Amino acid sequence: MKQMSATQLAAEPAMPARAAPIIHTEELTKVYPGSRLTAVDHLNLDVYVGEIFGLLGPNGAGKTTTAGILTTRVVPSSGRAFVGGIDVARHPALAKQLSGIVSQQNTLDRQLTVWENLYFHGRLFGMGRAASKETADRLLTQFQLEKWAKASVYALSGGMAQRLMVARAIFHRPAVLFLDEPTAGLDPQSRLALWSLLEELNKDGQTILLTTHYMEEADQLCDRVAIMDHGRILALDTPASLKGSIGGDTVVTVRAAGDLERLRQVLETEVEGVRQAQAVEGGVRLQVTSGKKVMREVVQAVGRHDFDLLDLSVAEPTLETVFITLTGRELRD
Amino acid sequence: MVLANTPVASDELGQQISVRLRPVLSASYQALGALLLRDLKVLWKDKWIFALRTVIQPFFLCFVFLYVFPKIGQGVGGRGPAGESAFATVLVPGVAGISIMFQGVQSIALNMAQEFGFTREIEDRVQAPCPIWLVAVEKVLSGAAQGVIAAALVLPIAAVVHAPGVHANLDLHWWIVLTLVPLACIAMSGLGLLLGTSFEPRNIGLMFGFIILPITFLGGTYYSWTTLAPVQVGGFHWLQVLVLLNPLIYVNEGMRAAFTSFPHMHLYVIYPVLACFAGALLALGLRNFRRRVLS
Ligand SMILES: Nc1ncnc2c1ncn2[C@@H]1O[C@H](COP(=O)(O)OP(=O)(O)OP(=O)(O)O)[C@@H](O)[C@H]1O
Ligand SMILES: [Mg+2]
Repeated sequence: MKQMSATQLAAEPAMPARAAPIIHTEELTKVYPGSRLTAVDHLNLDVYVGEIFGLLGPNGAGKTTTAGILTTRVVPSSGRAFVGGIDVARHPALAKQLSGIVSQQNTLDRQLTVWENLYFHGRLFGMGRAASKETADRLLTQFQLEKWAKASVYALSGGMAQRLMVARAIFHRPAVLFLDEPTAGLDPQSRLALWSLLEELNKDGQTILLTTHYMEEADQLCDRVAIMDHGRILALDTPASLKGSIGGDTVVTVRAAGDLERLRQVLETEVEGVRQAQAVEGGVRLQVTSGKKVMREVVQAVGRHDFDLLDLSVAEPTLETVFITLTGRELRD
Repeated sequence: MVLANTPVASDELGQQISVRLRPVLSASYQALGALLLRDLKVLWKDKWIFALRTVIQPFFLCFVFLYVFPKIGQGVGGRGPAGESAFATVLVPGVAGISIMFQGVQSIALNMAQEFGFTREIEDRVQAPCPIWLVAVEKVLSGAAQGVIAAALVLPIAAVVHAPGVHANLDLHWWIVLTLVPLACIAMSGLGLLLGTSFEPRNIGLMFGFIILPITFLGGTYYSWTTLAPVQVGGFHWLQVLVLLNPLIYVNEGMRAAFTSFPHMHLYVIYPVLACFAGALLALGLRNFRRRVLS
């Protein structure tokens, strides 16, 4: 008997807390009325308790729509979505109790002060007067906004407003914190500050789903990332596995003039260790393993076939590389 | 807050997740309370602006029609204090009615157009853990409450601002006051909801020009509906019939019934028609609200 339970244990996932998904979608689809595009296309997604999950994709990939369905703002065309086991389309009022939302725009209450924005959020979610006051005070301190407690929200900088939105979103201890492009438009310093804030919240057990089109953000912050394009998930894994999946430990970008498809064939056959060669805008991208002599080989091959070499760069694979490998396009338009 | 295994969770997903959930009914009730509390807080912050905004239109209406006109011998309603007083009796309830309407437009339509527009605050408001329609209903309730306050502020002004000898003969019928004023306030807040969810912020000017102005001038503020009969073409009282489409006419006639003993439209007409207007405006407003919020 002892042996059997040991086998069972081994078969379980590494973290028992991850057994049940907190977000679960089945063939989730959204076509906006009057639109021919499928904004979200048969999405199957599981997000587990305690993770920071990232939806990474270019403009129009369907990230906001996916988050919108999960937070009951968008009505799905077909398929189902669950948060905490609640079908969000059938029981939106119930599902809203489980979500904390930081949307793409500043939605702070302009007629209230910073402190009041928090306090009334607590009351809205059924917390009593004393509990709301106490939590508002505590969060303002935790988010370093206590100096601004009595200020109008108009007085806040972009980064501070974003922090306040996060404080408000986690006020009622939601099962999932949704953040839509949380650092878009923030200066680099505020972005770093927000990242460490989210990491701290996550350390305290907060499950987070965020959308982003910054690959650094997905890479640095997220436990798992789903790369989205045209409403579909192209790949889903940890950032490390995603980067490892493309083959090769080095990415070489060759910018040259001329017939790029021919150049691609030349490089694929004549350079050693090429795992994949892809024509991209204005050049060719190579994924190479153990590319110690790769620079020399590329330069020689390019010269042998009379191409004009414009630029040559070597880098480690990033999530951007993964995206380009999957789509042939760059993440940023 | 209670910690509960929701039956919904186990039914639909085949597995149990521990989540904090309150029944929708009590969560909605608490959310409604909090939304009202928030509006009360904002009203209290802006109390002087609110009072000024509410009082300024009634003040100028009374000042011009009941003070300046009699003083310069242009008294409306016939020369002499008797005719002028008769007009005052018509005008004062009309001013109360129009104040209720403007309260609905200002507290709901203007705010809502803004929250839907560039501030997108509405996105946060509809995250309240209650059905979406309740968020709009709350706006109507708080707008209606402000309408009641506005109506209450009008009568003291009319009592003070007038030329010597010009007097509105007010005669309060309390049971009408207590039923019709709230009904009128809800109907006008419904109008505010419909307008606020129909017009983009940049089209607010259009709303005033093409909707608010006709409603106010053809709403029986300066005249009573019963006296419109002489406006006719070939024996057809066209104006009297046309203005029946205007919800404000029932509000103003109702105020006349409530505040004076002046002849007015029959109460058997005012109550049901106003109730129907309230229902229709609310239904359309809520439908619009839902469409604007959900996609
Ligand atoms: N309200 C709407 N009505 C019609 N089409 C919409 C609506 N919202 C989004 N779309 C379309 O759905 C697709 C997905 O949009 P979505 O906003 O989900 O993308 P996104 O990944 O969030 O992009 P971004 O990075 O620009 O925020 C796009 O083609 C967009 O044009
Ligand atoms: Mg988006």
